[in-house]
Amino acid sequence: MGTLVVAEHDNASLRPVTLNVVAAAKAIGADFDILVAGHGCASVADEAALIGGVGKVVLADAPAYEHALAENVGDLVAGLADGYDHVLAAHTTTGKNFLPRTAALLDTQMISDIIGVESPDTFLRPIYAGNAIATVKSGDAKRVVSVRGTGFDPAPADGGSGTIEAIDAVHDAGVSDFVGEEIAKSERPELTSASIVISGGRGMQSGDNFTLLEGIADKLGAAIGASRAAVDAGFVPNDMQVGQTGKIVAPELYIAVGISGAIQHLAGMKDSKVIVAINKDEDAPIFQVADYGLVADLFQALPELEAALD
Amino acid sequence: MKVLVPVKRVVDANVKVRVKPDGTGIDLANVKMAVNPFCEIAIEEAVRLREAEVATEVIAVAVGESNCQEQLRTCLALGADRAILVETEPDLEPLAIAKLLKAIYDQEQPGIVILGKQSIDGDNSQTGPMFAALTGLPQGTFASNLAVNGDIAEVVREVDGGLQTVSLTMPIVVTTDLRLNEPRYASLPNIMKAKRKTLDVTTPDALGVDVGRRTEVVNVAPPPERQAGIKVENVDELVDKLTNEAKVIGQG
Repeated sequence: MGTLVVAEHDNASLRPVTLNVVAAAKAIGADFDILVAGHGCASVADEAALIGGVGKVVLADAPAYEHALAENVGDLVAGLADGYDHVLAAHTTTGKNFLPRTAALLDTQMISDIIGVESPDTFLRPIYAGNAIATVKSGDAKRVVSVRGTGFDPAPADGGSGTIEAIDAVHDAGVSDFVGEEIAKSERPELTSASIVISGGRGMQSGDNFTLLEGIADKLGAAIGASRAAVDAGFVPNDMQVGQTGKIVAPELYIAVGISGAIQHLAGMKDSKVIVAINKDEDAPIFQVADYGLVADLFQALPELEAALD
Repeated sequence: MKVLVPVKRVVDANVKVRVKPDGTGIDLANVKMAVNPFCEIAIEEAVRLREAEVATEVIAVAVGESNCQEQLRTCLALGADRAILVETEPDLEPLAIAKLLKAIYDQEQPGIVILGKQSIDGDNSQTGPMFAALTGLPQGTFASNLAVNGDIAEVVREVDGGLQTVSLTMPIVVTTDLRLNEPRYASLPNIMKAKRKTLDVTTPDALGVDVGRRTEVVNVAPPPERQAGIKVENVDELVDKLTNEAKVIGQG
């Protein structure tokens, strides 16, 4: 039977997190196929067909899927699930949107946000903002699972030679339409897949001061993130939020600047390999998880750090 | 138009939880409980819709043990008009909750159902979309803005890349994100008034819903502890450590 991996993409190329989901599929162990649902997305299917170990790539190309509307994609995936034991997608805002719909249509209790595979029916997942790890065994015949990207090292993007099978099933529920989007444009790496992340918190005091992080990010090839406090204060947009209810990151190096270290922020970054904290409050909880702490005024430390990286 | 707001009783967001030594779950004895923060935002949005005369009645519904009545009273104090408790064993799964909510939906026929995008205990982020699928309704998840205009609602969604706006045909399901609104505090007169508002209790049997478990929690363990590292004296020492000790930056 095998596993169906639902690819995440922007109709032009695969998002890197798809390779982490493929890694979870490989950990489950069965053969896997990849679904590319979108519009004008043939190049994504070509890319998916190269992923090592892929069986076939199912290409559903229709206007109804262009913006991954949950009503349409959720139906589509439920319709394709017949041939599979497992259906996997990334636990991103896209996966979290359509996959529970698919699970409900299949009368299956989905398992969210897994970080490990113990056996084909048993998975590890964080609960309570990562303050506990639950081992959950599915009793359903079909397992619908969303995958935390940082829980799995990405599978190789090449080495495969999948066949592409275009299908013409169009599920258009006709109850939702895409109106528009404001997508942040950045030359920097994507937050969730960057190997270095530098984040600012309430201590940054304003959105303008985030320029102090930019020079450092450019020198390190880092992505820029933020704490919920900085987003709530309107310093920076929501797509930069790292935390329990924002993005989960686990880079090689995470630099927290002016971030106190609330439970919900730690939930989003404490699996980083090396953590640096820069904060003028030496009692800030962030220092309890930091490998290297610098008690300093960030308005002095950041220009010094940028200069030191020359 | 009625607005239905499913809410969940959870551990207060400021509590640092402890895993039970026997690995069966989280120790909830004598822990402060609260309305899930995203559910508070949902109640606030519903009450604002009624204040703006878009909605006529706000109904809060909870699924769980009888002590969930405390959180429903909080919702009534925050402005909900009446409440329904579906009394069950604790920790039902999202699919079972979504089925119970569908039964309530079928009885009440609301125009909008607003839920939190996730609860801060299970962190599943499933109930809203599951309920939407079971009822066949469109959904605006992770909402940071909701505008209702006759038969159509526009929802601005917080997505990984930024913001996305969708147009949905009523009736609709909305799940709340943090920036949708800032919930009010309950005033003392409203807390007193809430005690007299209607709170009906029903059961899965009465609603004809099978809530049997599909998954088994085999074990609950604390996460690997992260040890605090060292304090460095200055930026130069920091850069030196990152370069030569941690080897995570490539400076010489």
